[in-house]
Amino acid sequence: MALPATVNDATAGAAHATPPAPGAAARRPASRLLPRLLLAPAVTSLLLWMIVPLAMTIYFSLVRYNLMQPGAHPFIGLRNFEFFVTDGAFVPAVMNTLMLLGSVIAITVVAGIGLALLINDPFPGQAVVRILLISPFFVMPSVNALMWKNMMMHPIYGVLAQLMRAVGLTPIDWLASYPLLAITLMIAWQWLPFACLIFITALQSMDREQLEAARMDGATYLQQVRYLYLPHLARPAAVVIMIEMIFLMSVFAEIFTTTGGGPGYASTNVAFLIFSQALLNFDVGVASAGGLFAVLLANIAAVFLIRMIGKNLES
Amino acid sequence: MNVKACVAGLLAACAFTPAFATDLVIATVNNGHMIEMEKLGKNFEKENPGVTLKWVTLEESVLRQRVTNDIATKGGQFDVMTIGMYETPIWAAKGWLVPIKNDAAYDVDDLLPAMRNGLSLKGQLYASPFYGESSMLMYRKDLADKAGIKFAERPTWDQVRDAAAKMTDPAHGVYGICLRGKPGWGDNMAFLTTLVNAYGGQWFDMKWKPQVNSEPWKKAINFYVDLMKKYGPPGSSSNSFNEILALYNEGKCGMWIDATIAASFISDPKQSKVADKVAFAQAPSAVTDKGANWLWAWALGVPASTKQPELAQKFIRWATSKDYIKLVAATNGWANVPTGTRKSTYANPEFTKAARFAAAELKAIQTADPEHSTLPPSPYVGVQFAAIPEFQAIGIAVGQQISAALAGSETVDQALNQGQQAADREMRKAGYY
Amino acid sequence: MHTPRKYPAAQVLRALVSWLTGLLVFFPILWTGMTAFKTELQAIATPALLVWTPTLDNFAEVQRRTDYLLYAENSLITSVGSTLIGLLLAAPAAYSMAFFQNARTKDLLVWMLSTKMLPAVGVLVPIYVLYQTFGLLDTRLGLTIIFTLSNLPIMVWMLYSYFKEIPREILEAARMDGAGLYQEFRHVLLPLGVGGLASTALLCLVLSWNEAFWSLNLSAARAGTLASLIASFSSPEGLFWSKLSAASMMAAAPIIVFGWFCQKQLVQGLTFGAVK
Repeated sequence: MALPATVNDATAGAAHATPPAPGAAARRPASRLLPRLLLAPAVTSLLLWMIVPLAMTIYFSLVRYNLMQPGAHPFIGLRNFEFFVTDGAFVPAVMNTLMLLGSVIAITVVAGIGLALLINDPFPGQAVVRILLISPFFVMPSVNALMWKNMMMHPIYGVLAQLMRAVGLTPIDWLASYPLLAITLMIAWQWLPFACLIFITALQSMDREQLEAARMDGATYLQQVRYLYLPHLARPAAVVIMIEMIFLMSVFAEIFTTTGGGPGYASTNVAFLIFSQALLNFDVGVASAGGLFAVLLANIAAVFLIRMIGKNLES
Repeated sequence: MNVKACVAGLLAACAFTPAFATDLVIATVNNGHMIEMEKLGKNFEKENPGVTLKWVTLEESVLRQRVTNDIATKGGQFDVMTIGMYETPIWAAKGWLVPIKNDAAYDVDDLLPAMRNGLSLKGQLYASPFYGESSMLMYRKDLADKAGIKFAERPTWDQVRDAAAKMTDPAHGVYGICLRGKPGWGDNMAFLTTLVNAYGGQWFDMKWKPQVNSEPWKKAINFYVDLMKKYGPPGSSSNSFNEILALYNEGKCGMWIDATIAASFISDPKQSKVADKVAFAQAPSAVTDKGANWLWAWALGVPASTKQPELAQKFIRWATSKDYIKLVAATNGWANVPTGTRKSTYANPEFTKAARFAAAELKAIQTADPEHSTLPPSPYVGVQFAAIPEFQAIGIAVGQQISAALAGSETVDQALNQGQQAADREMRKAGYY
Repeated sequence: MHTPRKYPAAQVLRALVSWLTGLLVFFPILWTGMTAFKTELQAIATPALLVWTPTLDNFAEVQRRTDYLLYAENSLITSVGSTLIGLLLAAPAAYSMAFFQNARTKDLLVWMLSTKMLPAVGVLVPIYVLYQTFGLLDTRLGLTIIFTLSNLPIMVWMLYSYFKEIPREILEAARMDGAGLYQEFRHVLLPLGVGGLASTALLCLVLSWNEAFWSLNLSAARAGTLASLIASFSSPEGLFWSKLSAASMMAAAPIIVFGWFCQKQLVQGLTFGAVK
């Protein structure tokens, strides 16, 4: 099973030896058509998957369409968008989305690197610890939220409350007093293993000889981390950030199950706001407008992503 | 159209699971009485060979989303839907529900009038009540006696506050009063609307203008926030029925005002540590007792999009019949039958003997009148809600704000003003004025 | 062994800290697992019970109330199905992008990822209406399609970055030797890319298994997966902690245990092109 590592090593050399040869494609006559044929199924299905709902969403966003008010759907221009952005929850929702995104990413990247470094070298039971660490990744988001809400953070019989009482403190009602923090913790717990996995994988491909040499030269562990490990982990960190961004933009199951976006708007994010328009208010028009807004937000993020991919995945 | 039909046919052909004509798909809430119905459904299957009941049992909020989505898009995924007193008149008016067909054995006149009215439109029943509830005060007799408190049949809110002060004993983990605080129109707002009603408030005036920041609301909500901060358990802003039930059963609450259905749980020794210490009174009044206790029913209805209306009707007649209640009694005892629907249940001495709360529950249901639930005249029907489609959104928004006030992140005035603003936006968008 | 042996004390401390962190991270799952074996009253007891007589009643209750095996079967079929279809679609696309790279490849990749950004709840009604038109509501096929499509971008990307690390010379050499596309794929690409294919499949399997929104909203009595089973046990009127824990464990355990066995694969394969 050491295959990927060797492949990686080989690539490291190969990538420098042969920059992508533009002439390579011309060698075979069929090769202009072939790549397109191979691409076609995936691209077509994604295109359909994107365009059909998108077109319907755009249409719905321009008409008055509430599931509870059947009948004609008159064209109302941009009124749905206006209604969505003038909602009292809108500004807090955008801020909360960014806060959630930023803090979960920060926690998982920092803690992920820390944990990966911690368990990188063999110790008794390393495999078991690794299993313990990555387990949350396999837990369903809805189970995750229910678990934290009812077993961990409940102000009376939650484990945290009982621990606090045991040492003589007044238990904190996490979901009411620090709703966004509580949700951040839940989601970070779920995504930490993912970050960990990627960092562990990356550490396995470290250049052993370089490390050995650094040790011979008497570099302390901290120096090794600073000058060898961290630079090596920059690319995986970019990948973690990117993937988490895609998934975390649309987090709402955890919020729905725990705080319901409250108290007030304290834990409402954009996805939850759209959810409340779509499935609590049943206003398809406004929900569609909100969905399109989220796409806009995501596209801003995507521009940012392209830069990052460009920088970090090109090399 | 032809192409579409072709594609549809093709897809249907290769869909892995074919639909069987004799499946009856029933969407229901995951509450105890429904789970019992699911278990007893085998009897219906036995009586009707060839019929298989398929259950979709979901938590209340998810169920509501699912069935509303399905019925409004005419999805036709369900043959029987469990719906409440809020949805029934609205959906019936839109023609989404098939009228309930009853027969002699069903005995429609046996239904409690409040339930029958709440589930009818223009005198026609559109959903058959499965179990019904009102709200009432459930207190700990031992703690009240210790504090020397005697409750009238319907105490006032001021008396309740004084009692809460006396019962509160944080050293022993006892909080004087537990009330809902988790945001949601069916959560904190169900209770708070009855409180506001008692203080003489209403959701909308006769011109459909929201009244959320009016004087009665301010008085009621200030009273509530103050009461909960002083005598309530920690974490009230995320407590709803279940959370409080758990607290109460652990002996942590002196008083609790909530659904009458709770009475059967807290007096069940299998799940309650205080089963033998509970007593009941009517929900408190303030300036009026109009609308001081709510009225709700979970009922079974047939969506117009079903392909098997006859079978669905037959099932509903079975599940909401007198015989079904007797079947539950024979299986689990009279204390566990679905209540709040039929006069005959309360007339049965076996039931009143088994259920100590029966009299208080019946009285609460009988005194609730959805058509006259507020002191000033209101244009809407419903005690703890207004039966208009926009109410869900408004109730959720206002509930969120009050929950924030309870958690202490906003003042009551701020919360009510924001709630009023949200309500006003919704009503304006819907074109009421 | 390259581990420094100079500071045994530091080593011991490090192992200890690792174990503690591991247990801490795992604790919520452990606790839920414990609660699943308690009665409802024991589950809400304060202080929490650490020693009690375990009961299997909750599991029996879950099994009695729901057709657990049907849900498990649906989960298995939809997640395996979407993984296989996803691989069939993604592998050729990734191959094409990795070995016939042009100026637009990167844009295409980012565009694919961006299709994941339209929030699912924003398109529920359009999808619901479409599914109803085509008779896909409450079918395993319908869920398989939607799982496949929502995982496809990630799969293409993962495979792309994996394939890109395969030395081009090997493929070129194979072609020089007159290998056709199939042979090239079968004898060169597959053996070299098997790690990437496996970990992509694993990730996709986990994501599909845990997907709850679509499964809950597009299924009724026939096609629901284990992720939607939870909604039957959450927040009823009455105490539900231990039953919910049992249902959660029954829904999540298969994939957790599966994940344990495959963790080595995941650790080696989850590179997303980040490893160089």
